[in-house]
Amino acid sequence: MTDIREVSVDELRHLVSERAMTGETMLLNMGPQHPSTHGVLRLILELDGEMVIHCIPDIGFLHTGVEKNMEAKTYQQAEVMTDRLDYLNPMGNNLTYCMAVEKLVDLDVPPRAQALRVILAELQRISSHLLWLGTSSLDLAAMSVFLYAMRERELILDVFELVSGQRMMTTYIRPGGLWRDVPVEFEDAVRNIIRIMPGRFDEYESLLTKNALFLERTQGIGVISAEDCVRWGLTGPVIRAAGTAYDLRKTRPYSGYEHYPFEIPTQKEGDVYARYLVRVEEMRQSVRIVRQALDRLPYGPVRSNNRKYVPPPRSELSKSMEALIHHFKLWTEGFSAPAECVYAATESPRGELGVYLEGDGGPKPYRAHYNTPTFMNLQAMPLLARNHYVADVVGIIGSLDVVLGDADR
Amino acid sequence: MTDFFEQAVDAMKERFDAQERRFAGEVTLILRPEHLLEAVQALRDEFKFDMLVDETAVDYWPQQSPRFHMIYQLYSMAHNVLLRLRVHLNGNAPHIETVEKIYPNANWKERELWDMFGITFDGHSDLRRVIMPNDWQGHPLRKDYPLGYEEVQFTFNFKEVDHRKPYAQS
Amino acid sequence: MGLEQKTGNMGVVTTTLEQVVNWSRTNSMWPMLFGLACCAIEMMSAQAANYDMSRFGMELMRASPRQSDLMIVAGRVSRKMAPVLRQLYDQMPDPKWVIAMGDCASCGGVFNNYAIVQGVDEIVPVDVYVAGCPPRPEGLIHGILTLHEQVKSEKLKNWA
Repeated sequence: MTDIREVSVDELRHLVSERAMTGETMLLNMGPQHPSTHGVLRLILELDGEMVIHCIPDIGFLHTGVEKNMEAKTYQQAEVMTDRLDYLNPMGNNLTYCMAVEKLVDLDVPPRAQALRVILAELQRISSHLLWLGTSSLDLAAMSVFLYAMRERELILDVFELVSGQRMMTTYIRPGGLWRDVPVEFEDAVRNIIRIMPGRFDEYESLLTKNALFLERTQGIGVISAEDCVRWGLTGPVIRAAGTAYDLRKTRPYSGYEHYPFEIPTQKEGDVYARYLVRVEEMRQSVRIVRQALDRLPYGPVRSNNRKYVPPPRSELSKSMEALIHHFKLWTEGFSAPAECVYAATESPRGELGVYLEGDGGPKPYRAHYNTPTFMNLQAMPLLARNHYVADVVGIIGSLDVVLGDADR
Repeated sequence: MTDFFEQAVDAMKERFDAQERRFAGEVTLILRPEHLLEAVQALRDEFKFDMLVDETAVDYWPQQSPRFHMIYQLYSMAHNVLLRLRVHLNGNAPHIETVEKIYPNANWKERELWDMFGITFDGHSDLRRVIMPNDWQGHPLRKDYPLGYEEVQFTFNFKEVDHRKPYAQS
Repeated sequence: MGLEQKTGNMGVVTTTLEQVVNWSRTNSMWPMLFGLACCAIEMMSAQAANYDMSRFGMELMRASPRQSDLMIVAGRVSRKMAPVLRQLYDQMPDPKWVIAMGDCASCGGVFNNYAIVQGVDEIVPVDVYVAGCPPRPEGLIHGILTLHEQVKSEKLKNWA
């Protein structure tokens, strides 16, 4: 198991040019362990001097077998595995899975839970974009932005810890609503975040947006047109930076997003700089959405009352026989879903994250497939990296916001 | 559902004898493998379903015919509608034509399906494993492939599992 | 004893070779950048300003295994990545230590299936296991300090 069986050039012959066979161009391995590949991504670059002729991504170094493992667990247990797919967006993964389950079994979600889901998903988007900003600027040698972004991210992680006890893999959003209601300190903590964030975004922009070095390294690099984005199925900030205002929160709204007006930032050039501008503006729009949702937060329950799918609160167990029976059934066998299939999609910070869920009448999902944005976006890597220098490849990977847990599942 | 969408669904039903299923506001058309390429071409060119959102498969072992169902999700950006196509495949080593020429992003999706299910795509430009290591045997997402479960080490069986576990020497 | 009091003013300290070498090893142990999955994000948070790891001597993370002493395996190791992990461990010069950060590196974590190595100690010998999914940055720092204690108590006869 521990010997390395390397892929020989012959097997990749159809992907590289003939000059590689004669040795005129060099095949360089930008390996799975590399400071700038944002995870375990391997790129095989065919180089003519410093210029990239072909770029072949090799993924699978983080394959976790989540889809097969979810088939062996009940719907409730399988949700725990969904957090760990796109590990910068665990709330979003949970939300997508719960939307699919709710669609499959036709479960209602109370309005307070929907508003809280929106707030948490947008906070997660801000935290993911902050990490993106930090690491991609670190790759382009702007190191202080990394430290500032992580400092802000700690505030958001504190909020997640306040509601669920866990900083990252919260599993807080459950089918039918949320696990439990938010504590009283939640509102003050979130208001504090939305008060200071716009100022901090201005700080980051003052460091990067008009910086001559940053502009040189990002303008005109990794350009893709809007038609190519549609042909290659790229979604998220990549397609918005190329000109098309396609955002799932507006086109197929979910969880109450239609009640909160906000703008979809777009740019026209489709290069690394445009993607940077789109993401920074998205962070500002997320703050706007959180503010609106928090101002209009309704009172009420946070989880559906349908006891066939949602466990009763523990206080009821000693009082009511039906509650005890429901609790017993849900914990031993789990709830059953019909033998139908659904597809639910949300807008993750990287693009369209979709779940295809198929039940079989039993308590375990028969097939749970994740349609992840990074898998689609990485396919276009050869297109984006052609005729650029090796140093630009680093910037391009950063701008695509690659998270390998998403791609390899 | 909009008029345009109903037109597309009706055209598919007429031309290719597709069956329709509706559930939870979504429409699934069941096609035969011979008609797949024509149908997808028509959907992209005439009915403007320009983005392939998802391509996946489900295994229904031990049922042999059909054993696999291929699922394509198509999206129309202009009209904002989603359509699902299902194609039934028989047997243990099924073949189907690739839609890579029509939607380029099907490239990696089909490689993943070859890797995970063993479905061969005729005409694919680069059919090799994408997620599993290159020399892996078997197709993991098939239902007759074991999960690879390792026995959980509790206090009562700690020593037995410890004995069998391959620790690294140094 | 008396000797140190007399020579301490002149800037001279007497100690054993063991203590000096162990002290110097712990005070500037450079970790190798081996972040794989979610635990890597917590490792980056531990490196950032809020839970600073550079106060323990780990100012920077070296990407090259030839220049690092400590490998923090942060995240799940899949079967495809396992040979890469072993090769990187072999390329690190002695003395080297390994911290298995998180549940997936310690025992396979949530994922008990064909694709994940059930515990990175099947591939490399581990010195400290840090539990958590993902462990808090403070948990990682506690693990590192435990490793420091362990290194400080290493004996001369184990070095050869």
